[in-house]
Amino acid sequence: METIILFAPLVGAILCGFGWKLIGETAAQWVATSLLFLAAILSWVVFLTFDPSAHAGGSYTVTILRWIESGTLSTDWAIRMDRLTAIMLIVINTVSALVHLYSFGYMAHDENFKEDESYRPRFFAYLSFFTFAMLMLVTADNLVQMFFGWEGVGVASYLLIGFYFRKPSANAAAIKAFVVNRVGDFGFALGIFALYMVTDSIRFEDIFAAIPDLQDHTITFLWKDWNTLNLIAFLLFIGAMGKSAQLFLHTWLPDAMEGPTPVSALIHAATMVTAGVFLVCRMSPLMEYAPAATNFIVFLGATTAFFAATVGLVQNDIKRVIAYSTCSQLGYMFVAAGLGVYSVAMFHLLTHAFFKAMLFLGAGSVIHAMHHEQDMRNYGGLRHKIPKTFWMMMIGTLAITGVGIPLLYIGFPIGFAGFVSKDAIIESAYAGTAGGYAFWMLVIAALMTSFYSWRLMFLTFYGTARGDKHTHEHAHESPNSMLIPLYVLAIGAVFSGMIWYGSFFGSNDKVGKFFGVSYAEASEHGDDHGAEDSHGDDHADDAAHADEGGHGKAHYNLVGAPGEGAIHNSPDNHVLNDAHEVPVWVKLAPFFAMLAGLALAYQMYIRRPDLPGKLAEQQAPLYQFLLNKWYFDEIYHFIFVKPAMAIGRILWKQGDTKTIDGGINGLAMGIIPFFTRLAGRAQSGYVFTYAFAMVLGIAVLLTWVTLFGGTN
Amino acid sequence: MGNVLSLTTFLPLLGAVILALFLRGDDAAAQRNAKWVALLTTVTTFIASLFILANFDPADPGFQMVETREWLLGLQYKMGVDGISILFVMLTTFLMPLVIASCWDVGTRVKEYMIAFLLLETLMLGVFLALDLVLFYLFFEAGLIPMFLIIGIWGGKNRIYASFKFFLYTFLGSVLMLVAMVAMFADAGTTDIPTLMTHTFGTENFSILGVQIVGGMQTMLWLAFFASFAVKMPMWPVHTWLPDAHVQAPTAGSVVLAAILLKMGGYGFLRFSLPMFPVGSEVMGPLVLWLSAIAIVYTSLVALVQEDMKKLIAYSSVAHMGYVTMGIFAVNQQGVDGAIFQMISHGFISGALFLCVGVIYDRMHTREIDAYGGLVNRMPAYALIFMFFTMANVGLPGTSGFIGEFLTLVGIFQVNTWVAVVATSGVILSAAYALWLYRRVVMGDLIKESLKTITDMTRRERMIFAPLVAMTLLLGVYPALVLDIIGPSVNALVGNYETALATFEAATQFASN
Repeated sequence: METIILFAPLVGAILCGFGWKLIGETAAQWVATSLLFLAAILSWVVFLTFDPSAHAGGSYTVTILRWIESGTLSTDWAIRMDRLTAIMLIVINTVSALVHLYSFGYMAHDENFKEDESYRPRFFAYLSFFTFAMLMLVTADNLVQMFFGWEGVGVASYLLIGFYFRKPSANAAAIKAFVVNRVGDFGFALGIFALYMVTDSIRFEDIFAAIPDLQDHTITFLWKDWNTLNLIAFLLFIGAMGKSAQLFLHTWLPDAMEGPTPVSALIHAATMVTAGVFLVCRMSPLMEYAPAATNFIVFLGATTAFFAATVGLVQNDIKRVIAYSTCSQLGYMFVAAGLGVYSVAMFHLLTHAFFKAMLFLGAGSVIHAMHHEQDMRNYGGLRHKIPKTFWMMMIGTLAITGVGIPLLYIGFPIGFAGFVSKDAIIESAYAGTAGGYAFWMLVIAALMTSFYSWRLMFLTFYGTARGDKHTHEHAHESPNSMLIPLYVLAIGAVFSGMIWYGSFFGSNDKVGKFFGVSYAEASEHGDDHGAEDSHGDDHADDAAHADEGGHGKAHYNLVGAPGEGAIHNSPDNHVLNDAHEVPVWVKLAPFFAMLAGLALAYQMYIRRPDLPGKLAEQQAPLYQFLLNKWYFDEIYHFIFVKPAMAIGRILWKQGDTKTIDGGINGLAMGIIPFFTRLAGRAQSGYVFTYAFAMVLGIAVLLTWVTLFGGTN
Repeated sequence: MGNVLSLTTFLPLLGAVILALFLRGDDAAAQRNAKWVALLTTVTTFIASLFILANFDPADPGFQMVETREWLLGLQYKMGVDGISILFVMLTTFLMPLVIASCWDVGTRVKEYMIAFLLLETLMLGVFLALDLVLFYLFFEAGLIPMFLIIGIWGGKNRIYASFKFFLYTFLGSVLMLVAMVAMFADAGTTDIPTLMTHTFGTENFSILGVQIVGGMQTMLWLAFFASFAVKMPMWPVHTWLPDAHVQAPTAGSVVLAAILLKMGGYGFLRFSLPMFPVGSEVMGPLVLWLSAIAIVYTSLVALVQEDMKKLIAYSSVAHMGYVTMGIFAVNQQGVDGAIFQMISHGFISGALFLCVGVIYDRMHTREIDAYGGLVNRMPAYALIFMFFTMANVGLPGTSGFIGEFLTLVGIFQVNTWVAVVATSGVILSAAYALWLYRRVVMGDLIKESLKTITDMTRRERMIFAPLVAMTLLLGVYPALVLDIIGPSVNALVGNYETALATFEAATQFASN
């Protein structure tokens, strides 16, 4: 079944991409789409029936074919099935199937193409191919296969961002996405090389098994010795930074919005960009013993969450707002992963996939209604024109801003998906950093998230119609093929948080069961928990704690060996337990941040619509700074792109042409005439010279042979 | 089948002789006949080479199907194949029919053109199969002549300059090799390659003009061979003949040059430098590693700013050969496996890329990147194939380009992390120049008047690309096809190298105590 899930999209891509001339465009699209739905349904079957306890070590492997074998380096094409894989399978295939369906409507008439051009099968083939590559990434049982998927999704992303191949901006964005991702892959690849060097394998199983022995190991890399695990974790994280658009390698993501909107929903919101988070979670046995690297992950994740949110505040393009929002939410996930609560990171990954895909598809529906107008300044008052889209966007906004009822707990908290999972991260951040930098960054980012999300809603759906009258008059609700995916995703955006709360953010026994990791009751005075004792006791009688129905009374820890189950916790990782015992004000903080953001947006865009303009004028430098995305693009262009071109030109003209050629030609022109004269002053030309020299050479050789050859 | 190696090697020569003797006239029919004879000959050669592959036992790291004969003046004629050479033979025989098919539209001096290619094939096969120094040298050097003629006669505007540059660079390198060969014979008393591989050349340090030569004679011999192979590869900084040669060479010439002729350098390192001069290799290895790393970054940056398509791909070839030399002189299983794999894979990929340029050059008669743009509008099949090979060129996993790059980098990382980091940064630059090229040529709207009537690839053109696509994908997904064959031989090579070094080190230690 796993094999069918994996290859159905590939078959779809091939049939659709190459077979459409035989079976017709529409049939080709249906083939790709139905194969994706098949994969999605099977994924849910696998996810719901997967029982880690039924397999030794909480996972099993399906080997497909031999791959690279060179000395001790040996890899297969293989599927590793565990809880992480199962989660990713449903995320990828569900969103992908829905996006395929959605594209029937969205891509039906695209004005970027001529009437008689067949662009639709190509689009569906790319989407299916992307899905295949993404599945390869998450099912890999070794790092190189993962790298295959990693680069494969990069290509698919490149092809889809540049789908409107006539638009120069789309082509530029496509290249930028690929090259920036390659910068990340550079780190990822070095991480793989280093791992192979120290563990003699690139299979997860062997790597995880070798981790405990490597804890105090050092490795010479470049100019000095490093702690092996910290170095490798850091290198792998560079890869994650590229793919997941974290600060410094984020610049490609906003530009990637040049691609058609279904692509943004699938690749640049729900699946591909979360691959970095998946990588960190997958490598949890390594990350657990790389404290310096994970501290960096937490720091960078928190900073990205903050940075992207600030930029999102002022963007005018509806898709760019959501893109920066994605960037920011990925920062949240990295904070959780970096703190060692991998289940929580995966939780937010799951819920985010639903509501962010939904927001993007909703935005696509708006754009579709508005004849490909993307500037929110030209929207306004659309809630009456496209009510269904409006309500779906509303659900998405409620989910992302984190609306719910704080402190109420009936076996699970009550609220939209984002409320549950985002609060889980913020509470973990408080517990994991003792209320430090990451916690405050995330709370502030939550406020801004709420502000820009509501700003988007107010500008788009409320107020009066702005911009082209004609467009507004013709604004129309999208067809069912576009609305149905929204409805399905809405279910996820509302309920997924509440349904899976226990499995991802419950006590460690539930989490352990779900992820297939063995757990044990932590004795309050046990050795491993000793240092935390006083801390735990402080909160033992905490009111909030008691409110949660005795939840957490018995402490459990994940005690599986590295490689057992889907995630690993080191013996002194208690963040999940501590997260359940944070003070009440911490639990309330994101909620009030959300309210503040809403109030601010309401004030600025409903009550006083003139306020934003004035503010932008008064704070012009700050506004420009944010509007221009902290000038990252300009800086990079100045310090990387331009010098690379200039150096290339210098090396070519000065290095190759002048120095090397000049030198050698000079030498040659000096010597050759000499030989030519020597060769008989004839009108010989160079061939003759050569032939002569060769004959001469052979003659010398033969002389040697005849003189000394007889000795043996 | 005792002489299947010679048979395969000289089949193309036989075809060339037939053409030279029996084909008369220069009318259309004669031209067609010449092409068909050449095609038939190369296909037959390929079939013959399949027998070599079928008879080959990968588990045996030694030379197989060895043929030895007395030759003139007491010299011996000796041919043989092992895990290192067999795939180069297969690559050559596999590509030559495609090369012939790609010059189906050539109209000037067709018979001579075909003869040149057939002759070249024999000489190339001879290089990979010869097991005698003299024989090897003859094949190695004689191969220059047909290539020199192909560039000089059927080349572009500046062909005379390019052909002489090609000729002189490679020739000057070879002179030193010849001297070294004479010295080797003087020392070992034989020109038999398998015997020379077990012979230990002197390693006592000596000084020339006050310069201490560590590794003594081995280092000197190593340097002489290096001069020849480094030019052939080509390695930075003696690479500048290659872009010029490629730009001026006709498409088919470029394909042979990039796909096969360059590999002779890498093959030479594996056949001579490593097994015969292990100490010399160890002494000079770091130099090669750094030259390779520099080559990768340097030529990638230069490729970034090229305005001529062929020049860009030529520079990209130099960068890719950088991975090869780096892998070879990492001297571990992954490095050498990767280097051989990279050479085979580069044969398909660079060959295909030069064919891609040829397709549009045939239509527009310019290689200027700025003359193109928006080809995807009228040439979707071409856009697809060009995209595929662009991705293969940047080492996308799933294509053969990835395996070689990956293995050489894994190999080098264990030896020198500085070089590994510099070389790995090549993956960023290669993506930049390759995609930038693709964008300028294929993407965008089609606005140039001159391109409005350009036609997509013909059936013949597609059929030339099909086997290349198949091989690139197949080797990317199932590299065991190559790695199983070369593995044992590489293992033995690396093992012998390490033993030789250990012996040497033990001896030096003993001497210094």
